[in-house]
Amino acid sequence: MPLIKHGRIAADPFQPVADGAALPGEGPILIGLARWQEERGLIEPRNTAIGVRLKPAEAVDQLVGDLDRLALVVLEFPKFNDGRAFSQARLLRQRYGYKGEIRATGRVLRDQLLFMHRSGFDAYEVGVEITPEILAAAIASFSVVYQPAADGRSTANDLRHRLPASQPSPGERDLPRGSCKCAQ
Amino acid sequence: MYAYDSYDRTLVMERVEQFREQVTRRLAGQIGEEDFKPLRLMNGLYLQLHAYMLRIAIPYGTLNTAQLRKLAHIARRYDRGYGHFTTRQNIQFNWIKLSDAPDILAELAEVEMHAIQTSGNCIRNVTADHFAGVAADEIEDPRIWCEIIRQWSTFHPEFSFLPRKFKIAVTGAPHDRAAVKVHDIGLRMHRNAAGDTGFEVIVGGGQGRTPIVGVTIRDFLPKQHLLSYLEAILRVYNLLGRRDNLYKSRIKILVAAVGAGKFAEMVEAQWADLKDGELTLPAAEVARIEAAFAPPAYEPADPFPPEVIAKRAQSKDFARWMRSNVAAHRQPGYAIVTLSLKPAGGTPGDATAGQMEAIADLADAHSLGEIRVSHVQNLVLPHVKRSDLPQLWEALQALDLATPNIGLIGDIIACPGLDYCSLANARSIPLAQQLSARFADPERQQRIGELAIKISGCINACGHHHVGHIGILGVDKKGEEFYQVTLGGSADENASLGDIVGPAFAADRVVDAVEQVVETYLGIRQDSERFIDTYRRVGIAPFKEKLYATH
Repeated sequence: MPLIKHGRIAADPFQPVADGAALPGEGPILIGLARWQEERGLIEPRNTAIGVRLKPAEAVDQLVGDLDRLALVVLEFPKFNDGRAFSQARLLRQRYGYKGEIRATGRVLRDQLLFMHRSGFDAYEVGVEITPEILAAAIASFSVVYQPAADGRSTANDLRHRLPASQPSPGERDLPRGSCKCAQ
Repeated sequence: MYAYDSYDRTLVMERVEQFREQVTRRLAGQIGEEDFKPLRLMNGLYLQLHAYMLRIAIPYGTLNTAQLRKLAHIARRYDRGYGHFTTRQNIQFNWIKLSDAPDILAELAEVEMHAIQTSGNCIRNVTADHFAGVAADEIEDPRIWCEIIRQWSTFHPEFSFLPRKFKIAVTGAPHDRAAVKVHDIGLRMHRNAAGDTGFEVIVGGGQGRTPIVGVTIRDFLPKQHLLSYLEAILRVYNLLGRRDNLYKSRIKILVAAVGAGKFAEMVEAQWADLKDGELTLPAAEVARIEAAFAPPAYEPADPFPPEVIAKRAQSKDFARWMRSNVAAHRQPGYAIVTLSLKPAGGTPGDATAGQMEAIADLADAHSLGEIRVSHVQNLVLPHVKRSDLPQLWEALQALDLATPNIGLIGDIIACPGLDYCSLANARSIPLAQQLSARFADPERQQRIGELAIKISGCINACGHHHVGHIGILGVDKKGEEFYQVTLGGSADENASLGDIVGPAFAADRVVDAVEQVVETYLGIRQDSERFIDTYRRVGIAPFKEKLYATH
């Protein structure tokens, strides 16, 4: 499946490792939460990038002490109407200040991309029907938002009352890195 | 009334364009019905038995006359000349073509209306006391907070794919006309010892197949914390609400499973992190919205106009209408007038395009251009000068909108039932029609007094049967329509769920059964005791005895 990261098609350096399967000799790996918790003593000395997969029912609190070590957290949308990963992503970004990649996997639907983006996702495993252009259009489909969220966009109330002059552009997180004027 | 600013307007227009593009993809076959369904549902478009049904939001039940005229126009141009006002203060059109839906939404946007979040597993259109801002017993206008909730909940990035739909109701008065205890979240404004107004927060109420009266998880929430506290509740629910069983996925099931005390702790834990954060509204924003709901410019008016006194003496019909359809207004010399959408033999909640236009004209002439929709499926003119009442009554009579039955047995709530709805087991509307015809005599209705009949055509309880003084639930027994009767439900501040009186009645028996219940009540009530009070005093036994004695 294509991976779109920061608005561009990107290679996925992480090798997914199934529970119980042997770890590859080298390179970044993506493992489940239980494996990370049980084998971190073996995994950390590898000194490669580590990604953890959280299931929708797994609480993000369990990763709190480890976030500095994780380059990637993958959150799952098993079906269109299972929205737990939206809360997981916001907690990671906004409560715990996680700065690494948050990747959406599973049913990643065009019409939910804006919500994912606003909740703090910056990478998406998508079907071929979703291109970087479609992602950009989805994120730009609304120029007004009411809620403060993980994308840091100015809300209607910011614009009404707090920030009469400055207007940050929408969708910074998903713009290609080079074109983003803000400090990451 | 709240009027959109450029931000609100832009967002609704962008929504129209987004939906137009989605419909284009669907009509071109680029997406199948399965993928389109969640998209149309996010916009209130249901595929029903015969056609698409479009549900349009009427936030907290408040309309201006341009909006009502637009609804009349939509009824005429895109539907069959009528619309149906619902128990969530919305309006539904039952005969919509998919290809027309984007144009309808564009027309609605012109008058600051939309269909956003009128369906789907998201925070639905927030409802309020239909007498908000005018009720004599009110502490504060709940619509200020409804509008704040409306904006916060619109396209909420985190809470648009909840385990199940989510309904919030707000009341600002001690007498609860908004049924806040049977909502996912009910907010009741009250004053604390220091004299500040805030919210009692009630969660986990609801109807459906597991009716539950909500529990209070916070006695007093200062107003500035409303959104952060709501966000905390919704986050707990989004993460922990059940998703494995459609019928166990409302918040009430979660609250019941973990216990109210534990649930409150979980909310407080989430809230600790959110409180005093960026969800705290700027004071200027609260002031902006408060100003939008400031009382209109009332004129000095006579509280006892001689023309009303004379008309009352001269016409029994007028006097009766005054008693049941006219309520006390907080402004001296003004009254709140309820227009009954429940004529004897009619479909509860239906209004024709012609009626809507005429009501808009009357609202301009007599109600400062404002109309309300009640969750009991009637319309309200909230600002009528008492001296205008005789003239208004004449006009309403000519429109068949002056049936003097508000709060009485003819004021029936009924869901659309099997005549329209693909979920229903039985018809609701014909039963409501037969009942209102049976009890058509207005004098008899007033003799019976306050009595709420509520009818649902299936266990989903859209007709609120659990909280009807007399509740009626349509069930299917081997292909035949049967009706189960409950007694003693109530949706007000003393909310209670009805008790099942016994085996269900066949369709041709149920109207007689209701009449027997009423006659039994009349035989045992003390003085002017209301039905619900008699029931609470004597219990179900005398009714049961009477109903099943001859069978």
